[in-house]
Amino acid sequence: MSNWKDNPALTVEHLTMRFGGLVAVDDLSFNVGRSDITALIGPNGAGKTTVFNCVTGFYKPTEGRIAVHHADGSEYLLERMPDFQISRDAKVARTFQNIRLFGGMTVLENLMVAQHNPLMTASGLSIAGLLGFPSFRRAEKGAVAKARYWLEKVDLIPRADDPAADLPYGDQRRLEIARAMCTNPEVLCLDEPAAGLNPRESAELNELLMYIREDHDTSVVLIEHDMSVVMEISDHVIVLDYGEKIADGTPEEVRNDPKVIAAYLGVADEEVDEIEEEVGL
Amino acid sequence: MSDNVTESRMKASVKDSGIAALITAALAFMLVGMHTKISIGGLEIDYRWALVGIAIAVVFFGRLLLNMYVWRAEGPRTSMFRMSLLGLAILGAAVVFYLSDGFLQTFSGVSPTEAASGNNWLWIAVVVLVAAAAAIVTPVLFAMVGKSRGGGGGSAAAMLEPFGKWGAVLLGALAFAIPLILIAWLGSRGSRQYLDLAILVLTYVMLGWGLNIVVGLAGLLDLGYVAFYAVGAYSFALLSQYFGLGFWICLPLAGILAACWGMVLGYPVLRLRGDYLAIVTLAFGEIIRVVLLNWYDFTGGPNGISGIPRPTLFGIEFSRGDDGFAAMFGLSYSSIHRIIFLYYVILILALITNFVTMRLRRLPVGRAWEALREDEIACRSLGINTTNTKLSAFATGAMFGGLAGSFFATRQGFISPESFTFMESAVILAIVVLGGLGSQIGVVIAAVVMIGGFEFFRDLQEYRMLVFGLLMVIIMVWKPRGLISTRKPTIGLVRRKGISADMVQEGQG
Repeated sequence: MSNWKDNPALTVEHLTMRFGGLVAVDDLSFNVGRSDITALIGPNGAGKTTVFNCVTGFYKPTEGRIAVHHADGSEYLLERMPDFQISRDAKVARTFQNIRLFGGMTVLENLMVAQHNPLMTASGLSIAGLLGFPSFRRAEKGAVAKARYWLEKVDLIPRADDPAADLPYGDQRRLEIARAMCTNPEVLCLDEPAAGLNPRESAELNELLMYIREDHDTSVVLIEHDMSVVMEISDHVIVLDYGEKIADGTPEEVRNDPKVIAAYLGVADEEVDEIEEEVGL
Repeated sequence: MSDNVTESRMKASVKDSGIAALITAALAFMLVGMHTKISIGGLEIDYRWALVGIAIAVVFFGRLLLNMYVWRAEGPRTSMFRMSLLGLAILGAAVVFYLSDGFLQTFSGVSPTEAASGNNWLWIAVVVLVAAAAAIVTPVLFAMVGKSRGGGGGSAAAMLEPFGKWGAVLLGALAFAIPLILIAWLGSRGSRQYLDLAILVLTYVMLGWGLNIVVGLAGLLDLGYVAFYAVGAYSFALLSQYFGLGFWICLPLAGILAACWGMVLGYPVLRLRGDYLAIVTLAFGEIIRVVLLNWYDFTGGPNGISGIPRPTLFGIEFSRGDDGFAAMFGLSYSSIHRIIFLYYVILILALITNFVTMRLRRLPVGRAWEALREDEIACRSLGINTTNTKLSAFATGAMFGGLAGSFFATRQGFISPESFTFMESAVILAIVVLGGLGSQIGVVIAAVVMIGGFEFFRDLQEYRMLVFGLLMVIIMVWKPRGLISTRKPTIGLVRRKGISADMVQEGQG
């Protein structure tokens, strides 16, 4: 059951991130199991996105160690790696809370940009590409085929030649996931993928994530506020509050944890002592 | 039509014309109303209020008539529309201004000036024609734009899209035919001036295309592009001076050297964005110029370098001697041969620039440039090394600048730091921005209009700046994203359709 302990794809140890005097993440340790869907939840300001930014290299953590373990046994330490290498070599892809697509480029172009590194190699640093070598043409065809595959998975084939900024919100979210998947990630980090989606779109998203987990052996980490998504598809839930981990376990365990309930719902004034005693504060 | 409607239209028209007349009055007060002239003991101001009155009257009644009988609208259609008419009003004022020296001096009471030369009528005709064209074309365009959408921009761009396909082919054919047409038409003596102008325009087209990579594709605002032009020119001049190398050997070397300088200058500014990037690139442009100016022992400082060798055709010089081009081909010697040759050299260089840029755009590196312009953070999250990508854009753009620079040196035969001032950077950037960021054909149109027009209107003297500024204002009001702002996708699953400019980012630097 506890895949995240036996076979982790991502291990975070003693991660601390300080911004001046503010401690956004405080001595956080957790594991992400291979091919699991792991949800990172917590109230606003709990430090979830900071954890993501540390893992994907946008922030350099003040302290701690972050390691990715590939299925082939190779291991990468992320805490000092430049951000683009984390995606290119360590194979950790991410999406953003406020969607970051290349709005003026078409849907297909977005997916082609995501395959930049293999295509760049195939184009011989642009020289073979400039001269129109057949090897590059083949590589490009392959990239288009892969893009088409992911477009089919996210139902965007009819919109492939439209600018990304023209898509409705839900489609943009799915396109961002497809774009991240085009980098062949081992670990996929999704920052609030269900935000702003209607229930039908949420259900579709669940299916997509399940599919990614089943068929691509990609471990998914997601930050999410939508509990229908969290409880339905996650194998493992980690709860943060004020930069600290307050719970870690299966969805059932976390759902009934009094600390989590207290953090999420708050408690009445007269119950504070009682609850604190119960949770051991 | 009821009397009521006519009356309200009358009222609106008078009001509108009144506003135009007021604007004209404000502008004409200084521009037309006062005229400094040299007299004994210093400068003296002439007041020409009658002329101001005439300008105001022309604008007021002209506009009123147009409002009543041509546009027949209840009021001005859009504010942009109004702005273009404002331009018209200024043009009207310019016409009056022009007429002034010729035959209206009797009204104004100004002593006749010497400016009334023989070809004054020609310029009056040109200004009137431009005004008339503006009056006819802008409302038509606005009506077309207004039909499909409220503001300006998108659909007009869509209208120009077919022009892109055919226009490119036509322009290419025309560019190759120009020397032949000119010589057939004006003879070798008369066409020389125009061929020189065409060479200049093509040099700027090439520079515009080079800068377009940096500014249009990668979205990095570079105000010091002329530095690479200077590096290219001086590379060739110095290599030929110290090592006696010829143009064709120095051309690639100049390109490589400029590309290296592109990287050298690009590296420190990688972390900067937006305004800061612009300022630092501007400073780098000046550093290069100032070094060239002050390193007297090496570069000749303000004296420049002269006696730069002319290009040869496979070793054949365009000289009068027995082994010159004319003698070899059994022609009688004419200096026009070299000019035609230079024209084709720059044409081919420019076309290579275009070809490489178009090709690069469809390669991963070109897509990465555009992605960088759209969203740098997303680029990094996809594993794109933004440092290398930016540097490659700087280097590629600089390389073409350097090639153009070494052509410039060989054409002039003499270079000095004075040719590489900030003004040049500004003109090249203006060509790219007016043409439309990222648009190849837009750069051509803008270069022809700006450089060609600028030289063509040389006889207007200082007023050409007025017309020039006006033109820029009109273009920027009418099409804020440049003449051709539609972005053509680099790849299509089914078909590639143009992307309207409002979706495309301009880049943060």
